[in-house]
Amino acid sequence: MQEGTRPVDNVGLVEPKTAHFSESLALASGSELHGFDIVYETYGELNKERSNAILICHALSGDHHVAGYHTPQDKKPGWWDNAIGPNKAIDTNRFFVVSPNNIGGCSGSTGPLTKNPETNKPYGPDFPLVTVEDWVKTQAMLADQLGIDVWAVIIGGSLGGMQCLEWSIAYPDRLKHTFVIAAAPKLSTQNIAFNEVARQAIRSDQNFNEGHYYETDDKPELGLMLARMLGHITYLSDDALDEKFGRELRDGKLKFGYDAEFQIESYLRHQGRSFVGRFDANSYLLLTKVLDYFDPASDAGGSLAKAMAPATAEFLVISFSSDWRFSPERSQEIVSALLDADKSVSYIEIQSKQGHDSFLMPIPRYHQVLSTALDRIAEGLGIS
Amino acid sequence: MSLRTDQSLIAEWVKPGSRVLDLGCGDGTLMAHLQEQQEVKGYGLEIDEENIVQCIHKGVDVIQTDLDKGLSEFKKDTFDYVIMTQTLQAIRYPDKLLKEMTRVGREAIVTFPNMGHWKNRIQLALAGHMPKSKTLPYEWYNTPNIHLCTLTDFENLCGANNIEILDRATVDHEHQSSLGMKLFPNLLGEIAIYRFRQND
Repeated sequence: MQEGTRPVDNVGLVEPKTAHFSESLALASGSELHGFDIVYETYGELNKERSNAILICHALSGDHHVAGYHTPQDKKPGWWDNAIGPNKAIDTNRFFVVSPNNIGGCSGSTGPLTKNPETNKPYGPDFPLVTVEDWVKTQAMLADQLGIDVWAVIIGGSLGGMQCLEWSIAYPDRLKHTFVIAAAPKLSTQNIAFNEVARQAIRSDQNFNEGHYYETDDKPELGLMLARMLGHITYLSDDALDEKFGRELRDGKLKFGYDAEFQIESYLRHQGRSFVGRFDANSYLLLTKVLDYFDPASDAGGSLAKAMAPATAEFLVISFSSDWRFSPERSQEIVSALLDADKSVSYIEIQSKQGHDSFLMPIPRYHQVLSTALDRIAEGLGIS
Repeated sequence: MSLRTDQSLIAEWVKPGSRVLDLGCGDGTLMAHLQEQQEVKGYGLEIDEENIVQCIHKGVDVIQTDLDKGLSEFKKDTFDYVIMTQTLQAIRYPDKLLKEMTRVGREAIVTFPNMGHWKNRIQLALAGHMPKSKTLPYEWYNTPNIHLCTLTDFENLCGANNIEILDRATVDHEHQSSLGMKLFPNLLGEIAIYRFRQND
């Protein structure tokens, strides 16, 4: 971003904050975390009634930096800047937006990179595995600290959508609405299979050293890169890849070797490499497990409708036609369960080409749906 | 937000506080009216994205659905009424959908353009072309109305499927009713409105 050229609908320069919790956190796994930090950002102003707060739950590789810029030199804004800001779909003139980084991640909240107070070394692979339930519990603690009793809306895409579902089950009185976007009520067998290949890519990297690699200069970069390359393929649609790269060659002709010949090869390698620079392998392993474990229906005899029974929020479920990672059918499972449980729910499948990543894209119809729903909510809250 | 006369008639038939499913709910006008005026609860089903946005705008719970795929999402007798206005004629298997409506709802209400209206009969009989009117504005080749019928056709289908007709009304394209329509509904009624249920 260059100074003076900042778009008027941008939240501008933002600074992450840290909330510290000194109490012990009992995790779903049975482990305990003795104190933890959550890094988060906020945009807009909390109103007097404290009724205009929106929680944004991030997906697998997302973090708290959702909108705006950290420095004037930043090339890119936060990961959902196209939707959040003054006069944008999620309008920060009207709403107070809170976006935490979940524990177990590697962007500042307590996770494998954090020093274990007992050993004074980074937790690394000893960081306890966490679940969506644990995350939502910590988000509720953050809400307490911010003085937010009830969220006007909780919004999440992909793994973020799973957190929306969990919120509505675990804390039904603490949210009025939730937008569950490009999500699924649990991973399919195929989803878990993809995650397992990603994990094996990392764990079989010769630098992985069972997760104890922080002390050395050699990190399991190749493994993490492969994991990301695989993941990236599943986030895009066949059509999107074909449209963007086709069978285009880097040098215009075949070279009969194993260097990147097709454009898609060099693109994937680039994506993998740049991910390695910003992500930690132990965190990635842990996050894929969070995804695998989520299955609220399993605690309700396999019935998602029964699992959703406590929910009182009004649901808006959004899927994308070209998403095969969490396909529209997976969103429809959520909708069916909500209908079965007699909940307030609306559902729309947005036509898109970009696969699972569509939920991050500024697709006009998608943003129109978000802003229309939020207009209605703002009206109900008496916010103009 | 004003209701068409067929919608007003439906609103009169629907008991306050009941649970309603509106198939092909359009921009949600009827559901919004029923919710606000009669404390009705329920959902609209709609396929068109722009209409879905309008429903969300009105605070109507709407589920994007292709009605040709049936109502398998819903269990038996989930609703007091399943309503479908001006959509039956565009459905691929109207007979199956009628059965689905009476399965999911204790009662069902439909409205559809009456092909037996005298103007339609004259256009085909004398002018020799497919009828066009304010109610049926399309050409034969671009019409979404693939299963047009008359009141008699509809009642025959109900009879064959053991569906009991509880109420019947007809209106013209301005959604007005008249004495003539009451006497000769299949000849003078342009839009038919039926309330019915499945007999065991």
